[in-house]
Formats: sequence, C-alpha cells, structure tokens
Amino acid sequence: MSGPLHKFDRPNSYIGRSVVRPDAKRLVEGQGNYVDDLQLPRMVHAAFVRSPYAHAKIISIDTSNAKSVTGVVAVFVGNDINSQVKPWTATLTHLKGMRSPPQLPLADAVARWQGEPIVMVVAQSRAIAEDACELVEIEFEPLEPVCNTEIAAQRGTPLIHPELDSNVAWEREVVAGDADTAMQGSDITTLERTFHFGRHTGVTLESRSVVTEFNKSDDTLVFHYSGQAPHMMQAVLSKHLQLPEENVRVVARDVGGSFGIKIHTYGDEIATAVAARLLCRPVKFIADRLESFSSDIHAREHRVHGKIAVNKNGEIVALTFDDVTGIGPYSMYPRTSAIECNQILNLTGAPYKIENYYAKGTVVFQNKNMMCQYRAVGHPVAMAVCDSLIEDVAHEINMDVVDIRRRNLIADDAYPVTSATGMKFNELSHHQSLDSLIAMMNYDQLRNDQKSDRAAGIYRGIGLVSMVEVTNPSPMFYGVGGAPIAAQDGASIRLDAAGALHVSCSVTEQGQGTNTILAQIAAEVFGVDIDRVKVTTGDTANVPYGGGTWASRGAGIGGESVLLAAKALKDQVLDVAASILQTSADSLDIDAGTVINIADGAERMDLGELGKIVYYRANELPPDIKPELIATRHYRVTDYPFVFTNSAMAAHVEVDVETGFVKVLDFWVVEDCGRVINPKLVDEQIRGGVVQGIGGALYEECLYDDDGQLLNATMADYLVPMAAEMPDIHILHVETPTTTSNLGAKGAGEAGTGGAPAAILNAVNDALRPLDTAIHQMPMTPERILKALYPDKL
Amino acid sequence: MSQKTNIALSVNGEQVQASVPARLNLVDFLRDHLGLTGSHVGCEQGACGACTLSVDGVMVRGCLMLAVQADGANIITVEAFGESVTGEQLQQSFVEHNALQCGFCTPGMLASGIDYIESGGSTDRTHIRKHISGNYCRCTGYQSIVDAIASVVEGRNSLAVETKQTPGAEESGTSNKRAGE
Ligand code: FES
Ligand code: FES
Repeated sequence: MSGPLHKFDRPNSYIGRSVVRPDAKRLVEGQGNYVDDLQLPRMVHAAFVRSPYAHAKIISIDTSNAKSVTGVVAVFVGNDINSQVKPWTATLTHLKGMRSPPQLPLADAVARWQGEPIVMVVAQSRAIAEDACELVEIEFEPLEPVCNTEIAAQRGTPLIHPELDSNVAWEREVVAGDADTAMQGSDITTLERTFHFGRHTGVTLESRSVVTEFNKSDDTLVFHYSGQAPHMMQAVLSKHLQLPEENVRVVARDVGGSFGIKIHTYGDEIATAVAARLLCRPVKFIADRLESFSSDIHAREHRVHGKIAVNKNGEIVALTFDDVTGIGPYSMYPRTSAIECNQILNLTGAPYKIENYYAKGTVVFQNKNMMCQYRAVGHPVAMAVCDSLIEDVAHEINMDVVDIRRRNLIADDAYPVTSATGMKFNELSHHQSLDSLIAMMNYDQLRNDQKSDRAAGIYRGIGLVSMVEVTNPSPMFYGVGGAPIAAQDGASIRLDAAGALHVSCSVTEQGQGTNTILAQIAAEVFGVDIDRVKVTTGDTANVPYGGGTWASRGAGIGGESVLLAAKALKDQVLDVAASILQTSADSLDIDAGTVINIADGAERMDLGELGKIVYYRANELPPDIKPELIATRHYRVTDYPFVFTNSAMAAHVEVDVETGFVKVLDFWVVEDCGRVINPKLVDEQIRGGVVQGIGGALYEECLYDDDGQLLNATMADYLVPMAAEMPDIHILHVETPTTTSNLGAKGAGEAGTGGAPAAILNAVNDALRPLDTAIHQMPMTPERILKALYPDKL
Repeated sequence: MSQKTNIALSVNGEQVQASVPARLNLVDFLRDHLGLTGSHVGCEQGACGACTLSVDGVMVRGCLMLAVQADGANIITVEAFGESVTGEQLQQSFVEHNALQCGFCTPGMLASGIDYIESGGSTDRTHIRKHISGNYCRCTGYQSIVDAIASVVEGRNSLAVETKQTPGAEESGTSNKRAGE
C-alpha cells in the first residue's frame, strides 16, 4: 500500500491536532470505572497466603482455623484450584529450544519464589480474608534458593526444576560476519565493558485487579480486569478453565496504568476466576502493594559483557556481547520470558551500520519473582549497551560523540535496510533526528559551558542515544510461535439514526488517549465533528477481534483499522445519499456531519436526516438500496515484521561528587513516529516514557538478598521518580510516515523508556570522566556512584 | 474487630451516619460504604497520595485516617472538588493540559494542586514540583501536571491584576509588579 487516502494536512484536519481527550473530564471529576470500583450483589473478596521462602517444600497446610473465622466463605489449597485448571506452559515454537515447566495457579508441592500464592481465602471482605490468611498454618522445608543469574546455569547449582537437566530456559546465538577477525588489526581500537541492569517493575498506580462473575445456568464467565489485551485473556481463560471461548467475556474499563505489567497470566487472577466458578458468586481480587511488588512481573535483570571495535575513522567494525538474564522460576505465559533477551540480541546496535556482529543470550531460571515484558522490552538494555560503548570508544579515539554517531548511523536515504541481526528497517531518519536534537539542545554551547563548569568544580555531563523502537508488530512477534495473541485489530463503525458515529475497536485504552485518536481518525476520514463520535474499547462482547494494546500498536494498527472502516462506511453512506438525492456518489462528500456537493460545497443533506430515512422511513428508498450503515475492517502489518521508529535523545546531568546524587538538569527528545495524530498525546507518551526510563537509570530496583527475599516491597522503599526530581522534557518531531499503512502512524509509547536510560548513563559517565572513573550499573544510585568515585574508601 | 462505632459526618455537603469497624480507614469507608469511588487507593501507607482528600479544609491521606476519626468532620472528595472555584478551574486545566493519563493519581493530584493554589503558591515550577512530590504518577512524567497548576495560578494572577486595575488605575503599577513575581 502507498500514499495517503486523505489529505490529513488540510486546514482543520483532526489528524495532527491536539484534540482534548473527551474522557478526561470524567476522570478528573472522580467518575472513572476502575475494577475496584465495581460492587456486585453477593460479591466476595480474595486474599492469598504467599510463600515466605524463595524456595521451599510445602510439607503440610492446616486451614482449619482460617475456615472457622466468621465471614470466611472458602479456603482453597493448591489442589482445590489447580484441579480445575489445565496447566499452562510458557514457551513459543519460534524461540527454538526454549523450555519452561507447566504452571498452575497455586504452589502445591514446592514454592519457587517469595510471593508465590499457595492458599486462597475468600471472605465477605478483604479485611476478613486477610485475617484468615494469618491463621493458615503451612509447614515448609526450606530448599536452597538459586538467585544469582551468573551461577544459576553452572553445574552443581541446585536445580529449580529437577525434571530439567539445568536451570537454563533458553539460549540463542546471533552471528553475522566475522567479529573476531574484524577486531584484529593495528588501526583498530577495541573497548570492553560489563554492564549490570537491576530488576525493576512497573508500579502501576492501580494494582492488578480482577472481579470475576460466573453464571452456572448458561456456563458463562465474565472477567473484569485491569489489563491491555482482552481477547488474549479470553483465549487463556477459555483454554485453561476449559470453557468455550464464546462463554468467556473479558472487560477492561478504566485501567490505572499497565505498561505491559497487566498483559500476562497471573496465578492469583486465574484462581479468582476458578473461585467464582466454584462458588457461583462474584469474587474480587485487588492486589495490595506488597503483592504487587512480589508478584507483578519484574523486568531487566541483565548482565551484559560487551565489546566494540572501531577503526581510526571511528567506524564500527565489530560489536560483540553476551547477555545473561534471570527470569524467575518459570517463563511467564503466554508471551514467555525469553522475549526481552531476544530483543536485546536483535536490537543492540540497530541504528548503526555494523557488519560483524556476535551476540549470545542465556536465559536462566532463578528463585525470584518472574520477569517478563514491561514497557520498552529489551530496548533500555540494548540501547544502553551499544550507545555507552560508542561514547566510551569515541573518547578513546578522541572523537566527539556526535561525530562518531554521524559516521555510523545508517543514512536516511539508504532504506530499506536489513541489519546484521536480520531486522528489516525502513523509513527511518536517524541523521535528521540527530541534527535536530543537536540544534534544539544547543550542543556546542553546552560543551563550552561544561568546560567552564569543570574548572569551577561542577561536574556536568551530556549523554546521547540514537535508538530504534519496535512498533506495529506483525504476527511474527508472537502468533508465529503459537501464542493466542492477535497481531491484527478490527474496528466497526456504525452511523446511528441521529447522525452520530459509534466506533468499536479491539485496541485498548490505559490513559494514552487511544480512544481519542480513534475518534479523531473516524471523524476526519468520515467527515463528522469529533463530539459526534463515541468510542468503545476493552470488551470482548462488544468489539471486533484483535490483539489489544502492546508493543506500541494502538495508533498504527488500531488506528488504521478505524481509518479503513470509516472509509468503507463513508462509501456506503454516499451511495445511500446519492440514491436519495438522485445524483452520483462521486459528486458527493461528507463534511461536518453533512452530505455536500464536491463541486460547490453546497449542503445537500444532514446525516441525521439520512439516518432517519434509512432507519424509520425506508419506504422512501428504492427497493434495491439496502443500506447497512455499519462497516467493519481489520488490519495487520504485512510488508514488514515490525514497523520501527527512531529517536535521538540527550540528557544533561550534574553529579554531586560528594554525595553521589545525580540531578537531571535537562532532557531532549527528537522522535520520528511517522504521522502524528495528536501531538499533545504523543508528547505526553514520550514524557511519561522518559520519566520511567530515568527511574530505571537512577532509582528503581527490586532488591533481593541472597536468600531470595525481596527487601524493598513498599512504595516508600522502592524509589520511583517524583515530580521534584524530574526535569521538563523538550520534544520535537520528525515525521516520516510509514508507507505500510494509509494512516502512516507508527507507535510512540515506549521510545522514552527505551532510550532515556542510555542517555542518562552516558551523561553520568561524561560528568565523571575528568575524575577518571565510570559506572556501568543501573540504577546509578548515590552509593554506587560514590563507590565508583572512591573505590578504596567504600 | 467486629466492634463498631457510630459516626456522623458531612461528606460533600451531605450528612452521613454510619456504624463502622474501628479499623476501617477513611478512604475505604468512602469507597466501599458510601460508593464514592473517586478517591483511589494505591499503597495504603501514605506513600502514593492517590487517596488525598479534604478533611475540615486540610488535605489528608484518606488511607492514614480511620473512619472513626472523621466523626463530626467535613469531608470533600474529588466528586465535589468542582464545587469550589479553585477545584473547578484546576479540573478544567487538567483536561486542557492533559495532566492525566490513566487518571488513577488524579484525585490526589487535584487535591495537592488545590492545596497549593489556595495556600497562595506561585507559578514557580520548582515550587509546584516540590509541592506535588508526595503524589506519585507513573504515567505523565509530571510536566503536564505542573503546567496545569501553573496555568491556574497564572490565570488568577492576571485576573487579580485586571480587577485591581479597573477601579483605580493609579494602583496598577504595584499590583502589576506583585502579579508578575
Ligand atoms: S493510598 Fe493513601 S497514600 Fe497511597
Ligand atoms: S495518570 Fe496514571 S498515575 Fe498519574
């Protein structure tokens, strides 16, 4: 496909306009519909007894005292729930050799991470359920926990799953060219670094939340959840509770943040569905914050050893690295926990021309909470490793960090390009974006100021990153490997009798403004005012089939399906109008809810009038006109496995060499996400993403001790970015629309989180450089920076 | 645990009587007993600020106060913030500046914002950022929230200038200066 259907650039186009979100008013007035707001007749509340050990045999469980508490409805141990569930196994066939044992909702014989649910208590209130949890007695026999990823795979380390011969879940090697040979030679400079990335987690402000209803009479289950992918969850519930898929309805109304955290299969949520079925009454489970920290997926625990080689012109001749990551005791279902590592293998160095490349990834099991896909999956690690090596080696050969990028970034006119790792790139603008970044941040001036600051004992650093982001995925991401995850999305649009449009679409809203941009697209393509467009998302009973929101696909894929449906509906409506008006459809258009003549713009018929004729006075229509006034279209990306975006970012930081504190002074982003539908919403996605990235770079880490005990599972101890620490973030766009769709939009949800850590890492090391030290561990806490500064004293 | 206490209080201008367990916190009482689900619960330990609401004109954490402690109090929650001028202006400004994404932090952010504006806070972004630093937002990155609060303060300052300017032009010099500070 090529070329836009519509002139989105016309004056007053809804595309490219910062339309205010129609649903925002409801949320600021306290009228949201989050899962915990739901009160249903006879509803009861679940709480879980979770393993206090990272690894332990469960010898016996005594629930008699818990059962006797007034208000307790049921106490379920492992087999009570597990026997109702078909186990799930989180592997994908395209990740060759991957393994992970079958899983069930509750730990039965062995608990394998601290926080794993073991007993479920259902009671009249959550408080009573928690009281009863205290009275459940479990006898454990602690087993040796395996926490350290570096030794998990070694011989002699206890096996987490004795049926497997090692703790290795998956391994992959990528080889392109001949890195070893390329690194030889007298004019080659090589540089090696070991990077450590701490575990962190999503910390959605609304915790994971589920209310499940089961109707015995017709064998139907309704699963209200705070999540991103209703149809995937429908398939999962159907398969593992063994209910016909059509009997499962999944509803996601307002979602209080998700970021990939709420797109997985959690044992406690499945147990809640089972309990509703067993008890035939609605069951609510709202994770408390401790449960969130110890059972929401974590991400990013990686140790990467990387090596770069450049020639004297600063051209990268080879890049090699190996990555070891621990994912907890199982792979998470159904996306698997190997994708993060896979992304790192695929994306490291992606913006640059690199012919000789070697990467090895090892994914191991360990006795910590499970890891899986969280916003910007793999990107923060991939970008930080490559761009840190590039900036460090640039200094090694006395080259400016912007200059070295210009010498290595793939030329803007070189596309399509296939990378050393086999990724297909098209329509990217690395050079233009970098140029625009340099101008926006006033790079030369900053460098000059830096010199004078250093002379005055102020240590400021500038760090950059050039990056790609995976967006608009095709079925090559998950579907190809057998996961029940749709890469296509659908939209239905109908015209009602009053001339308003009703859009239902399978992508979902978690606050990004998805519903708003869908309304903008429908309004623009069809020709009505946006306040005449009502959008429904997040309900399997009411939207076409589709994948939901993940991998930055809402605008690009969901948006395109709306565009196609709006165009199809418009053609239909014009046919009907032409028949009524005794003219040809080609001579008519729709503008602001009115059918007009293309030639002179004269108003011919209001859409409300057309609706009334079709619905109420169809006798006025010729018999051969059978209007539908509804159109459905689906869309998937066919030309490429993924539609990549690119951005260039820069951070300006100050390191206090006495306290180790890092202050982020400024942050700049130039983003190319193709056609921008709503500039304000895109900018806010980037800002929120950057702040999450800064969190990972400077503050956030799930800290475990050697016994696998999570040490900081509260919001007071796990540090997230707060307003006072964050800078204003400056954003510019380069718009290179993708020709894979009419709309031309790519995703924008994850770039900030993917790129910011690299820019911050480079900026901190730039600040530390005159002190002859560096840090390659995230988060870069004051303590770690002081250790880097004063290795002998600490 | 089952011991209950009778309380009587005003919630968003309505007189409410209830019999509540001693351990029930205020935000759970408002949400679960009165169906006022606009106030949110993010941490139950005073760290996130999502539950912030007004008790006798003071912004407090609804999760750190027991319902029994609210006996006799006058409570205003997000559902009624719009009834005050500041609340309405700030809600509108939040919408205009897209100062919310998922909206889960929003009731608490509005509460802190109202508090800042009513206590005479300036348009200084650092001050605003400090004031809302007890409120966690995972979605926005905070900048748009700062914009929304600053714009209400700015609007008020310029209004103050105008009203002062109209009756007595001779005073305008000083009031202009004050507004610009
Ligand atoms: S719920 Fe009260 S401060 Fe977080
Ligand atoms: S808007 Fe989602 S937490 Fe603030």
